[in-house]
Amino acid sequence: MSSHRTVTRLAGLAVVATFVSAACSSSGASVAPSVAASAAASTAPSAAASTAASAAASAAVAPKDATTAAAAGGVDAICAAGKTEGTVNLIATPPDWANYGQMITDFTAKTGIKVKSDQPDVDSAAEIKAANDLKGTGRQPDIFDLTTAVTLANLDKLAPYQVATWADIPDANKEPTGVWTKNYTGFQSIAYDSSLGDITKVADLADPKYKGKVALNGDPLKAGAAFNGVVMAALANGGSADNIAPGVEFFKKLTQSGNLIPVDPAPATIALGTTPIVIDWTYNEVPQIAKLQPSGINWKVIVPSDASPVGAFYNSAINKDASHPAAARCWLEYVFSDAGQNTWLKGGAIPIRLAAMQKAGTLDQAALAAVNPPTTPVVQLTNAQVDAATQYLKDNWKFITILPPK
Amino acid sequence: MIDPPAGAPAPPTVRTAGSASRGAGRGRLRGAGNYLAFVPFLAYIGLFLIVPTLIVAGGAFLSIQGDPTLDNVIQLFTDEVFVSAFITSIQLALGTAILGAVVGGLLAWAVARGDPNGQLRQVVVAASGVLAQFGGVMLAFAFLATFAGTGLVTLFFKNVLHVGVPYDTTWLFGLTGLVVVYAYFQIPLMLIVFLPSLDGLRQEWYDASASLGGSSWAFWRHVGGPILAPSFLGALLLLFTNAFSAYATAAALISQGSPIVTLQISNQLQSEVVLGQENVGKALALGMIVVVTLVMTAYALIQRRASRWVR
Amino acid sequence: MTDPGGAVVGAAGAAGPEGGGSAVVARPTGAGRGRRRSRRQFGARIAILVLVFGYLLLPLLAMLEFSTRGDYGSRSLRSYVAILEYPDLIDGITTSLGIAVLTVFGMLLLLVPTMVWTIVRVPRMRRVIEFLCLLPLAIPAIVLVVGIAPIYRWMGQSLGGVGGSPLTLALVDIILVLPFAYRAIDSGMRTVDVATLADAARSLGAGWPRTILQVIVPNIRGGILSASVLAVALVLGEYTISSLLSFDTLQVVIFLLGKRDAYVAVAVSLAALVFAFVLLYAIARFAPGTGQRARIAPEEEPAT
Repeated sequence: MSSHRTVTRLAGLAVVATFVSAACSSSGASVAPSVAASAAASTAPSAAASTAASAAASAAVAPKDATTAAAAGGVDAICAAGKTEGTVNLIATPPDWANYGQMITDFTAKTGIKVKSDQPDVDSAAEIKAANDLKGTGRQPDIFDLTTAVTLANLDKLAPYQVATWADIPDANKEPTGVWTKNYTGFQSIAYDSSLGDITKVADLADPKYKGKVALNGDPLKAGAAFNGVVMAALANGGSADNIAPGVEFFKKLTQSGNLIPVDPAPATIALGTTPIVIDWTYNEVPQIAKLQPSGINWKVIVPSDASPVGAFYNSAINKDASHPAAARCWLEYVFSDAGQNTWLKGGAIPIRLAAMQKAGTLDQAALAAVNPPTTPVVQLTNAQVDAATQYLKDNWKFITILPPK
Repeated sequence: MIDPPAGAPAPPTVRTAGSASRGAGRGRLRGAGNYLAFVPFLAYIGLFLIVPTLIVAGGAFLSIQGDPTLDNVIQLFTDEVFVSAFITSIQLALGTAILGAVVGGLLAWAVARGDPNGQLRQVVVAASGVLAQFGGVMLAFAFLATFAGTGLVTLFFKNVLHVGVPYDTTWLFGLTGLVVVYAYFQIPLMLIVFLPSLDGLRQEWYDASASLGGSSWAFWRHVGGPILAPSFLGALLLLFTNAFSAYATAAALISQGSPIVTLQISNQLQSEVVLGQENVGKALALGMIVVVTLVMTAYALIQRRASRWVR
Repeated sequence: MTDPGGAVVGAAGAAGPEGGGSAVVARPTGAGRGRRRSRRQFGARIAILVLVFGYLLLPLLAMLEFSTRGDYGSRSLRSYVAILEYPDLIDGITTSLGIAVLTVFGMLLLLVPTMVWTIVRVPRMRRVIEFLCLLPLAIPAIVLVVGIAPIYRWMGQSLGGVGGSPLTLALVDIILVLPFAYRAIDSGMRTVDVATLADAARSLGAGWPRTILQVIVPNIRGGILSASVLAVALVLGEYTISSLLSFDTLQVVIFLLGKRDAYVAVAVSLAALVFAFVLLYAIARFAPGTGQRARIAPEEEPAT
């Protein structure tokens, strides 16, 4: 038994390692950023040293403007300033999404900063809209948690900040000045009410008996879960990370046959029975299993067998116009700290610093075992591939409006 | 623009005893000063209604950079997504208006025939007032609780009758679903708007028709029908506008795809973020204003004719 | 136009529980009818009423059934109790009620003096005011919000805390409620000879504010009450503008809650509906100056 678990654990680690190194070695960003990244990596310690020295001599950078923790006098200084600000505004952070609930509770307990969690169930595009609409009112989000496509389209709204654990994060998973940093991921899965039958493959979704039952978690142009659901469908139908056309075709087919319904799945829609089959991240659906038991629904979550597992990291960023900039930085420090990263893991998501923490021995082994990552190599789109896919979707996802509802 | 619902009492003679008897000598200056009292009202309407409308109408003709352009408006006709949205919206509004008008009209007739001071009437009218306002988010939940996978009707078929549901389970999110759901507030609205007209039908007319040898059917065809037709049509147009402009119900039911114009507008407001189409949303809004204005003008004209008959 | 029923409520105001001479209670003068005909009619009426009410009651029943589901097939009222445990929901209710109060006062302040003035001084403006008050019907709420967003953005950024408060929604809600409030107050004013009242008060030395507040308003109580109820109903049910301007009013909170916890969302919706019905019915029956009890004594009825 234990040797089996060790093997699984090692296999999982191997997967994650390939996952993370695939992200590193992929061409994704151009050469310049990786050069800049290594430059940043090398200057960071020296910069820290020199600013620490100059901090003693002159006033340190105000925590709210800091681009690194060191420049402001350390994480504690930043969080103290954050406590003075009092609150940090989050958006689109549902309590059962990768364990955000626990993260928020622990953060407030540790730093004394209150968390205001607005509009939990909206997508990445809505986060940016809120930032635009509420700019200057004090209610705008301080922190973004965005899918890659939306991140790349809105770089001008993000503030640069390198967390204290910057060095642990592979270069391809962070923007050199820190305007965005990849944080956590899961695997695309199909979750369904097991009383409907047995679903093991993406292809099963096209079965006529599932008419009116399949839901994709969002609009792929605006939400990461949906975007990667399309990628997964592409992989299952002969496509690749560079070619998501077969995925779009598949969903078009599902819409035409009436299998796919234009409804965003959420804990409530599952309880209502509106969306008995959901395409979403593992970490979103696994917590539902326990929640749905008392209502008599047997919820099952599977990673389909006819496609390579798909993963995609969400990007954490600070709003350039945040009204609580120090608190925002403190939050970022927390989620990238050992405690924060382990919280993601406990929620069923893979944290970005997994490899480094495993080496340092700070990883929560029990949580990793519970996550049970798939044993086949995970596909993760590079930023360039995300761009290309987004472009394709802009022109080809319109069928969901045009195909006449009956 | 829109006259009182048919059946409202004729206005009492309005007397301006004040100004007439108060010395016409100061008339001119007084006259101008009197209009000043309207400034707050006019300013308020100007700022919060007229200006936003102008912003929408004007913005529809501007590009992202701010230059005048017809591109946004042209897109309304060339982009298949927008054309489809307008067609679906109009189909939906028409379908639910007709359904609401017919069923609501019948309901109004059933109520009008009864005791005018009775409990039934009071309850029905109060209930209609509430149900007609019961829209949007709450209505969507009501129908989901009824027809969704674990809803009452579905469970009834499954657990009591032990058969599958006899209808296509996607219907709630398609055109049919929207029509049925909208009917929920269209029928009470029809009742409220149309009942006064039915009350205006005199029993004497019915008796007269009967004494001339006419049957029930003849009465409706030659007397009742023509009299009620204008207000019926007017009510139908009102229902059309109501459905065409509705947003919350559809937004609560359909979270992806934006098949109707109102959803498209909100989608465009969000898409600015990702796809950068600043003013297309305003063009869509302008399109809506045009449609609604046409319908409401027709309604006003019909109402003027209808109020002739009913005192 | 506000959401489904936005227009409705207006008509409700005009023809519903307010104002003496309300058309709803005009009676068809009864003469004798053939018994056969009336029995057939009776049958048809019953059939229609049963069918339509069946359709209208079904979703309400479903909501009741759904919101009282407990664990493992049991029945429980915990969803209703849970309403109190969601601070967001309580916040949404208080926010919406606050906006409702402001809307009522703003609407009355704006409309009553203006309408009185058209009767007493400048009758020519009546048509203009009527047109302007009915104009919001031609501009759907979703369109209005597109145009008003820049104004709200400016308010939020330049006027600090007050400018960014959800209470500023009252400014827009007043516009939305104008058509219906106008109808209600207008109907109320028609049953009373406002001009004479104003003259009498003025000739006795009262200033305009006193005339309006202490003489005219008490006499059009019915219309004002009706308009206020309409305003409250509209504000509580308003979703479109609140959500697109990112304010957390009651409907927005219910919408967001509806994605998290279906049971509580349905419970709140049903509770709100029942509350509204009870309120409207009670006002129709018991409020002074409305419905049947509003009959003006014969000698005061204005000549028509």
